[in-house]
Amino acid sequence: MDEEKFDAIVVGAGPAGSAAALALARKGLTTVLIERGEYPGAKNVMGGVLYRRMLEELVPDFQDQAPLERPVVEQRIVLMHATSAVTAGFKDPGFAGPPANAFTVLRAQFDQWFAQKAEEAGAMLLCGMPVEDVVRRDGKVAGVRTFDGSELLADVVIVADGVNSLLAKKLGLRGELQPNEVALAVKQVISLPEKLVNDRFNVTSDQGVVMELMGSATAGMAGQAFLYTNRSSISIGVGCLLSEFVRTGKKPYDILEDLKQHPYVAPLIEGGEAEEYMSHMIPEGGYDTMPRVYGDGFLLCGDAAKLVNVLHREGSNLAMESGRLAAETVAFAKERGDFSAQTLKHYRDALEASFVLKDLEQYRRLPHHMEQNPALFDFYPRVLNEAAREIFTVDGTPKRQKERSAVRRILRERPMLRIARDLYGFWRTVR
Amino acid sequence: MKRETLEEKLYTVKFKPDAESHLVVKQPENCVACGDKHGRPCLTFCPAEVYEWEGSKLAVRFEGCLECGACRVGCPYDNIAWRYPNGPLGVTYRFG
Repeated sequence: MDEEKFDAIVVGAGPAGSAAALALARKGLTTVLIERGEYPGAKNVMGGVLYRRMLEELVPDFQDQAPLERPVVEQRIVLMHATSAVTAGFKDPGFAGPPANAFTVLRAQFDQWFAQKAEEAGAMLLCGMPVEDVVRRDGKVAGVRTFDGSELLADVVIVADGVNSLLAKKLGLRGELQPNEVALAVKQVISLPEKLVNDRFNVTSDQGVVMELMGSATAGMAGQAFLYTNRSSISIGVGCLLSEFVRTGKKPYDILEDLKQHPYVAPLIEGGEAEEYMSHMIPEGGYDTMPRVYGDGFLLCGDAAKLVNVLHREGSNLAMESGRLAAETVAFAKERGDFSAQTLKHYRDALEASFVLKDLEQYRRLPHHMEQNPALFDFYPRVLNEAAREIFTVDGTPKRQKERSAVRRILRERPMLRIARDLYGFWRTVR
Repeated sequence: MKRETLEEKLYTVKFKPDAESHLVVKQPENCVACGDKHGRPCLTFCPAEVYEWEGSKLAVRFEGCLECGACRVGCPYDNIAWRYPNGPLGVTYRFG
């Protein structure tokens, strides 16, 4: 057996793993980055909005080199019903920067670039190598074993193998995910000429729009749909709690097709060509379902540690930040010459001190709340559409009467006290 | 756009199928019992319709698996042994 030993092994070349490998290599640590796909990103999917701030920490001039689609200048929330939609939004071309706040990206392309940055910094990238288990020596994690039985050894293993994290399970850090703690999402990339994207979304080529769609977009299930503009394509998808799909027997791709036929959406994608269909899970259990993120000889990052902010649909930035903080902890442990849990706990402390766990802790009640309050996804979008239709229909009825009848219609279905409780409950959950 | 079938969707996905299945039904009798008790949810929630009920047992078309992991999590009997396909095989996204 090859007894060559690395300073660090990083499992998974997604945003968390590549961030960690890049930061480690820069600090001069011998690092190997292992990816199961044919290339980084080959197995990876997100909506995908990528935020500038955390990537900038690692690659200050990434805007000049990364395969980015469009800077996001407009955010819309679309509450859909059968044929209609109530929308709210915020647009500011200033968001295009420089520096831009966020970009749309396609992960199969972005992840290749990001892993390449780690390689350029000196990390060794191994692709097509699913990791099967960790290697233990003297009760400590001392490396990994890949699918073909070969072993790689290191002082520390950074586990960034995503939502399914088979390694976290092997480490005994988490049991099986629960259906009400993960969203199952499907997505399609639909190509459209750049000029058509610009015209339909009222933007220039260096501006992009992102929409989150709720209500009939998910057939009333707890979840949301999204529609993002890329340079010359659209990313459209739907994600709902897996428990909702189990409960309703609805098929994810049927929901996606219904969404594409909705009058608010259909004209935006008309004439487009389906390029790719994909699926992925999102760990949405939040703070209270997080596994322990460190131990003797290992650290957990990104989706493997369930670092996802559901309310703000943030994940890749939390992943990158966790990867960077993990690398800092490993460098510190290397200085000390101690890779025990006691030293690696610094990583958990660093996460606590950063926005990553501050945000997740703030919203710790949200996953439970969404599951317990189906009205958010069904009743409210529907009655808002009905009320808007009534108010905007000019038919000779005096306005006061219209307003009253719109309110009465809502209260008939849900008493005032109940609505007050819903609003207070939501406010308490996210404040 | 015209309403697409799942087959049309899957046609756009690049697969490099493994020779052996990375998805294994642990106890086939659980799938029989699941029909009455839970309605075999994997048949509907799997985004690639990998699972099909063949009258008395579950057929697993692993070649078209998108590797999301939902079947492992959503199975009422924890009855799917789930691992990654060997080497770089399986789904290979070009856009992601």
